[in-house]
Amino acid sequence: MQRRDFLKSVSALAASTAVSSPAVFSSAKAQSRQETLLIVSESGPNNLDIHGVGTNVPGYEVSWNCYDRLISHEMKTGPNGQPYYDKNKFKPELAEDMNIGDMSVTFKLKKKATFQDGTPVTAKDVKWSLDRAVSVGGFPTFQMGAGSLTKPEQFVVVDDNTFRVDFARKDRLTVPDLAVIVPCIVNSELVKKHATEKDPWGMEFTKQNTAGSGAYKVASWTAGTEVVLERNDAWVGGPLPKTKKIIWRMVPSAGNRRALLERGDADISYDLPNKDFVELKQDGKLAIVSTPYSNGIQYIGMNVKNSPFDNLKVRQAVACAIPYQKIMDAVLFGLAKPMFGAAAEAPTQVAWPQPHRYNTDIAKAKALMAEAGYPNGFDTTLSFDLGFAGVNEPLCVLTQESLAQIGIRTTINKVPGANWRTELNKKTLPLYTNVFSGWLDYPEYFYIWCYHGKNSIFNTMSYQSKTMDGFIDGAVAAAASGDMATYDTDVRGFVDTAYADMPRVPLYQPYVNVAMQKNVSGYAYWFHRRLDYRTLMKG
Amino acid sequence: MLTLISKRMMLVIPNLIGVVIITFLLTRALPGDPAAYFAGPAADKQAIEQIRVKLGLDKPLIIQFGGYVADLGHLDLGTSLTTGQPVLTELKNRLPASAELTLFGLILSVAIAVPLGILAAVKQDSWIDHSCRVVATAGVSLPVFFTGLLLVYVFYFLLGWSPAPLGRLDVFFSPPPQITGFYLIDSLLNRDLATFRAALSQLLMPGLTLCIFSLAPIARITRASMLAVLASDFVRTARASGLDSRTVILTYAFRNAMLPVVTTLGMVFSFLLGANVLVEKVFAWPGIGSYAVEALISSDFAPVQGFVLTMAILYVVLNLLIDVLYGVIDPRVRLEA
Repeated sequence: MQRRDFLKSVSALAASTAVSSPAVFSSAKAQSRQETLLIVSESGPNNLDIHGVGTNVPGYEVSWNCYDRLISHEMKTGPNGQPYYDKNKFKPELAEDMNIGDMSVTFKLKKKATFQDGTPVTAKDVKWSLDRAVSVGGFPTFQMGAGSLTKPEQFVVVDDNTFRVDFARKDRLTVPDLAVIVPCIVNSELVKKHATEKDPWGMEFTKQNTAGSGAYKVASWTAGTEVVLERNDAWVGGPLPKTKKIIWRMVPSAGNRRALLERGDADISYDLPNKDFVELKQDGKLAIVSTPYSNGIQYIGMNVKNSPFDNLKVRQAVACAIPYQKIMDAVLFGLAKPMFGAAAEAPTQVAWPQPHRYNTDIAKAKALMAEAGYPNGFDTTLSFDLGFAGVNEPLCVLTQESLAQIGIRTTINKVPGANWRTELNKKTLPLYTNVFSGWLDYPEYFYIWCYHGKNSIFNTMSYQSKTMDGFIDGAVAAAASGDMATYDTDVRGFVDTAYADMPRVPLYQPYVNVAMQKNVSGYAYWFHRRLDYRTLMKG
Repeated sequence: MLTLISKRMMLVIPNLIGVVIITFLLTRALPGDPAAYFAGPAADKQAIEQIRVKLGLDKPLIIQFGGYVADLGHLDLGTSLTTGQPVLTELKNRLPASAELTLFGLILSVAIAVPLGILAAVKQDSWIDHSCRVVATAGVSLPVFFTGLLLVYVFYFLLGWSPAPLGRLDVFFSPPPQITGFYLIDSLLNRDLATFRAALSQLLMPGLTLCIFSLAPIARITRASMLAVLASDFVRTARASGLDSRTVILTYAFRNAMLPVVTTLGMVFSFLLGANVLVEKVFAWPGIGSYAVEALISSDFAPVQGFVLTMAILYVVLNLLIDVLYGVIDPRVRLEA
């Protein structure tokens, strides 16, 4: 057996080395497959239903395109001149009319709306779907709760075509939360047929089948290989999409995804390394769209509960020592929005994300370290998520080098993707880099999760501050009552507090990069950052 | 021979029991918390706990193991969380893909390596021997993903001869009705030459990649064992009796040199089957190797256990087959057994 064991271990070793991509250049010819769009990406869905247990992010994309919500967002022109969802303007999708009252919102359903099997969409289906979202637990229930939607009693069937949501309390996030992916409307009669005692919400059925009224339906799905979607010609949620068929293939090697795009075989891909995007942009053969993550920031976090990062001066020294520009240039190739180096006299904006006022200044950092009582520095670890090693690893190496100059000697700790959440949850990592981004694009939403003293899992620093909590709670209350003057003061207040205490140092707003053939149009940026097939078309 | 098979089968059972226990414990010892991973990017502690209860991971290990063994009894290998499908179905769908690729690569490899090895042995220290050495060394020292990407770059990207590396079939072909799961065979059985050609052209590049990688062991073992046999007395006798060198080499020498070659083939086949992960990744091949690695990365227990168990069974069956083949090739082995 020894030889075999040896071979086994050799093959395991081979398997653990990463696949790298060669540089590829050539002239690309687009093939015309007018009515079909071929999308290539690294990974595919594990569940077609966003209410499912552990549905992954590619699964959200299926849900978005195959199910309707009561309302959706209007479009506007984004920061890069491309279509971008308008967070303040809602448009009806399954509803034809929305009437916001003081403590409830009433929807009239479109009379012609039918599910993909032909049964009409009724208020009963809507109630069943929203009941399901707040009852199944896990992520969907959590997301509904973010908009104060927690109990089935809040969802009321008025008549077959009228549906009301009662507010649990005044919360400005309630209506926007009805336009995210989770509150999708499911064909309740169809799913109930497949429900069992153990599975009252029919989750086993919707995992494999789409049961919505959306613009597309899944025609076939081979997990880990391919998803084929076909247009639902009876869709009433909006103008009929131009693309009849979507073929979504999983191509794990980034080099091959790029080759497929350059050869004109694939139409769209959006998860390539930054370097590839920059080179593709320079080549100019493909259309590249880069949009900053809405309400998302990559940051360096510090555990403020424990020494030495409980010391404000040490945190300020770190903020002065991070090689911001080097990270922008060498790691991101410019494909990110800087969150540092705001002018010292610039007033704080009522906006988030916004840059802080630090720049790389090693001399100042050294002085701060001396003031903090660490003239000779200290040893610590710098952790990152291996799942995003492409960006995280060089970022951490640059930071390590720079911190060494002020005496902070770091050991880099690479945490496997599956383990990262567990490690973050323990809240013991002293120094680390991470990304947070929220679907709902409101400053207070970000701060509730990341800075509030109730210590959610995204307050990875275990940061506690009465002043901060006061500003955040104040902003939430002011937004609900519409007192915009107080709201503005409170938002400035919590941004100023965050940047004065510096428990985490924002680095940049990452970009969502999408590469597509020049003849593909209609790409729009959504808060969920996935593709909306309904507007995409060729030619 | 039947006694040999049944004897070997008896030995298999404790092996498999060991594999079941070890894979179960090993997957549990992996770092990472599947509940936290699958609760998604925005879950709080409570959501993670809910997921944990749903997945049954809150129960003591021994109860989880009992459940696992009971399910195994019903041939239920559990459900993968990364793909959302039952592991058994996935393995059934993916094993033919890996097996077809591996067999194709191996057949290519044998077709090149065995003649090369024989020639190298017969014409020892000639240019053929040296080129055999160079080819084998180069093949085994180039990492498979590199060879794969290089082939894609040259034959797909630059020359455009090969189809897009998009798995087993081009996007606009539908797979032939499943009979064996091997697209080449199924499309022929179905008299669908267009699909056969499409499947073959998809198979060519990844097959070649595997072939290049597995040339070395086969060619070198063929050469070495041919050298040993060619130096033996009976070959000298055969030559002295005036038999022509073709008969001497192919009929007498090669048949006797085949035993170690067959052993190597068995080994190469089984390790290629599990280890062509990288080739599968490069060519988006829906095989079991890439399935297992993806499951491992996301600490998805069920597919990892299912994969190891399948591989264990495959090894056992393969070893048995090879032992039986020994007897066919060399009667002496039969007597000793």
